[in-house]
Amino acid sequence: MEYINIVFQEVYKILFLLVPVLVSVAMIVWLDRRVWAFVQKRQGPNVVGPFGLLQSLADALKYIFKEIIIPASSNKVIFILAPIITMTLALIAWAVIPFSATHVLANINVGILYIFAVSSLGVYGIIMGGWASNSKYPFLGAIRSAAQMVSYEVSIGIIIINVLLCVGSLNLNDIVMSQQNMWFVIPLFPMFVIFFISALAETNRPPFDLPEAEAELVAGYQTEYSGMMYAMFWLGEYANILLMCALGSILFLGGWLSPIDLYPFNLIPGAIWLIFKILFLFILFALVKAIVPRYRYDQLMRLGWKIFLPLSLTYVVLTASYLFYFNLLPIN
Amino acid sequence: MIAHSIFFYFFSFVAIISAIMVTASKNTVHSVFFLILDFISISCLFIMIGAEFLGMIMLIVYVGAVAVLFLFVVMMLNVAQQKNQWFLSKSSSSHIPIGLIISSIIFFELIIVVGGWKYKPDLINSSNTSLNNEISNTHSLGQVLYTDYIHIFQISGMILLIAMIGAIVLTFRQREGVKKQSYVKQISRERSEGVEVLEVASNKGVRIDD
Repeated sequence: MEYINIVFQEVYKILFLLVPVLVSVAMIVWLDRRVWAFVQKRQGPNVVGPFGLLQSLADALKYIFKEIIIPASSNKVIFILAPIITMTLALIAWAVIPFSATHVLANINVGILYIFAVSSLGVYGIIMGGWASNSKYPFLGAIRSAAQMVSYEVSIGIIIINVLLCVGSLNLNDIVMSQQNMWFVIPLFPMFVIFFISALAETNRPPFDLPEAEAELVAGYQTEYSGMMYAMFWLGEYANILLMCALGSILFLGGWLSPIDLYPFNLIPGAIWLIFKILFLFILFALVKAIVPRYRYDQLMRLGWKIFLPLSLTYVVLTASYLFYFNLLPIN
Repeated sequence: MIAHSIFFYFFSFVAIISAIMVTASKNTVHSVFFLILDFISISCLFIMIGAEFLGMIMLIVYVGAVAVLFLFVVMMLNVAQQKNQWFLSKSSSSHIPIGLIISSIIFFELIIVVGGWKYKPDLINSSNTSLNNEISNTHSLGQVLYTDYIHIFQISGMILLIAMIGAIVLTFRQREGVKKQSYVKQISRERSEGVEVLEVASNKGVRIDD
């Protein structure tokens, strides 16, 4: 009986986290399209509901009622598993994101490594989808995206090391708490910029959306998918983007801390601040999508390996020597 | 405690089954996916015994990077076809004894390790660093790695670096006649050198490319 109670409590907690995440994914798709339209002087989705807010709901309904087509020559089990894995991995990473000092589903010691591991697993959904489709364009798209994600993971990892040097802990709440005096975006500003660009590449967002470059690869690894399976890829992608924004705000923008530690700002709960920061980063993502043209593939690889990797490595050395010289290393 | 053992048996069962499936499945890509499943369940077991850092690093390095490269190679090469050819040809039979010797050596070593663990449990405690439950697993691992074993750690890093450089040197070849873009050259181009006005003689034309 006791076990069942515990299980139910955990299930409630998980639902309390997942349902808002899924709803905000739907809303964020709308926001993305509105920002994109705003930059291009269009209206964007504005018909369904107030300001077109229910557009994503209408899209979801349409996806649900579409037929799921499984290609005859595809590898059926893996073909069906691929969108499920993408979606699951995008959602389980939210378990360790702290919304305030106490509101976190799993406050584990190695939270940042957990997020990093889950996001590095995300490549499998894409490879599996591309391979199982048994078709040329999806396969090419999958290979491109795998190479791209593995390359940019390296620079993200080294940027995380930069932050961890200043914190001295792998726990996400500790990372947030150590930014009380100064957000890491100020001393580590170059790393923030590189993190932002790498996050764009990691989530296959424009200008790095080569896995689904429609001019060359139809829709990349999603070409053979239809109906709800396509929608799951799509939801997983946006959940991943939100996760990257959350990670960026935790690492550099002080997570759930308020910008100024003064009276009226203190009253606002941490979750609201975190959501504001996530939204700020997401609007930047959307603006980049609208403004910047797509990279060529060799340029993308050059940027990842020849510019970001040496730059972030140099910054690790700089940060470490600065902390060591001024005796600021977080040793406890 | 019950939940703990349920999880333990679940993960170890998945690990063993997928390890068997790696060798048993006909499709090579499937066996790589089973290998990945095996890695994941092993890292879950690591996390269950409290070695959270090791489990996460296992996920990041093996599943996130090494297995992706594995999958790449297996998908690109048509391994199934090669395997059939290899098994049918006569020359393959000479490799079988070597394979048997190597696998029996590995099996023997595993027996020694497990036997030592079983009959000499003091071996684990013979290390001069004592386990401290108050600091986290990552912390204690770092303290051991960067103090007592710093030289071994550095040497293994050097070996990895040399292996990487060696692989690059072995596979690198300078190809002739490849057109490359130089960003500096492209950006520093000016109108005076890019545009040239020529008097074109009638019926003769000009050579554009040089």
